[in-house]
Amino acid sequence: MKQLKLALRQIKYENTAFWRNPPAAFFTFIFPLIFLVLFNAIFGDDEIPIENGVVSGSNFYIPSILALSVISASYTNLAMTLTDSRDSGILKKIRGTPLSPWAFMVGKILFTTFVSLLLVVIVLICGVLFYNVSLPNDSLIVFITALLIGTITFSCLGIAITTVIRNADAAPAIVNASILPLFFISDIFIPQTLAPQWIKTLADIFPVKPFVVTLQSSFNPFDTRVVFETQDLATMGIWFLVGLIISLRYFSWEPRR
Amino acid sequence: MVESAIVVKDLTKSYGNFFAVKGVSFEVVSGEIFALLGANGAGKTTTLEILEGHRKRTSGDVTVLGYDPEKKDQNMTTRVGIVLQETGIEPYLKVQEVLKQFSGFYNNPRNINEVIDATGLNEQINTPVRKLSGGQRRRVDVALGLIGDPDLIFLDEPTTGFDPSARRDAWTMISNLKSLGKTVILTTHYMDEAEYLSDRIALMVNGKIERIGTTRELINSESNTTIEFTLPDTNKSLPETINKTAEIKGNLVSIITDSPTGILGEITHWAIENSLELNDLAVRRSSLEDLFLKVVGSEDSVI
Repeated sequence: MKQLKLALRQIKYENTAFWRNPPAAFFTFIFPLIFLVLFNAIFGDDEIPIENGVVSGSNFYIPSILALSVISASYTNLAMTLTDSRDSGILKKIRGTPLSPWAFMVGKILFTTFVSLLLVVIVLICGVLFYNVSLPNDSLIVFITALLIGTITFSCLGIAITTVIRNADAAPAIVNASILPLFFISDIFIPQTLAPQWIKTLADIFPVKPFVVTLQSSFNPFDTRVVFETQDLATMGIWFLVGLIISLRYFSWEPRR
Repeated sequence: MVESAIVVKDLTKSYGNFFAVKGVSFEVVSGEIFALLGANGAGKTTTLEILEGHRKRTSGDVTVLGYDPEKKDQNMTTRVGIVLQETGIEPYLKVQEVLKQFSGFYNNPRNINEVIDATGLNEQINTPVRKLSGGQRRRVDVALGLIGDPDLIFLDEPTTGFDPSARRDAWTMISNLKSLGKTVILTTHYMDEAEYLSDRIALMVNGKIERIGTTRELINSESNTTIEFTLPDTNKSLPETINKTAEIKGNLVSIITDSPTGILGEITHWAIENSLELNDLAVRRSSLEDLFLKVVGSEDSVI
């Protein structure tokens, strides 16, 4: 009980530190917003073919950028900051206090969720105000559930990836190399209706595409489904478990030298 | 009966084939300041980190305040304050914020202002940690070690990198902890620090404890008087008995002995007989450093 309180209390300190660190705040917030503006400026008025119809560019890119936002706030941000904290001995010091490791991590993930949701709100407001996108009213519950599942899954993977990052200098390279290609093959930058089959198959293995597809379906006027597709949910669930098991087993609280 | 804060029995720690700690046993009594003294690589930090719960032991028994540190029992961690060798503090938080954050982790934390006073951080309370100097950051480390009002405090090289006056301040602070009834275990490679602060010292060499006891006991465990003088410019050789026991570096002669009176008589007799002057003649109690160099030297230490 006390540890749960401490986990919630950690959010306050995570928040204070986050906003005082300009690069972290910049990459997490400005980066997705730049993509939002660019893609909409270039393709916003185009008609983009998706699996069961044609949508406007904005209807395609808003959910894509939402997915990008959540992933960079959770996966990228957690992987970078945790490696940094690990290397500078912050995690080791925390480990020597009565704050339990899970309370520390829960605090981190809750703060990540808060940042993700904040970004989602900003992107949605931009979409409604400037790009004529309507909110997913019919499938609002699916949409929010998808966001939360995405945040938790990608947070978990962000923690897991730190186990293969040797030191903070290597973090940006490994984190970006692991996630950028997935952005290209998973309907975030480019619609996959144009891609060859093997790319589509490849993308289905990873957790980015199921996440993007679910968010897109919430914005797709032709899509009648209002529930998670079992396969998408299963793929994300498996990646969540993989991330969790790796984190529990191999996560290091001490600098690696 | 005296209560033991820490009991260590036959502790070993190996990394592959390399043994960093090779069968160490000692007890730390409640309320004492206990120092692990040794050269770099002697196994001090490894021993300390096993006691803190940061490292798993290879074999042996360890209890800290009655708990096995490997289990990280919160009844133990809330009564223990740890100051690691290297600082790791969230750089974007202010000093006061970090202290507040950490004080919340403990059951009965100390008053934040009291800790700030004790560590001399009054002028830095609103400074972000990343803007502090090395010495100031170290003080925040110590402050974070004290914030939980621990019964037992681990200090891993608390004054390394301090200037002389900062070291004195730190010593006063550590002595104050003792007067509050706290138990302190520290590592250091400064002889004067161990001698000034600690009630008892364990001298570690190559993963083993070579000597343990009070400063006086340690020094008395070897011949305890040192006689030194500058070798006069002469072709007369020193008396045979002196030559055997003396250590000669350049023209500085030093003799460590249990029977200073006889040796001194023999040397002065020899000097007077040959009309020589013994410049820089000094007779002093051997220091911890003399003992340290002797023990480390005889072990052919590998660093």
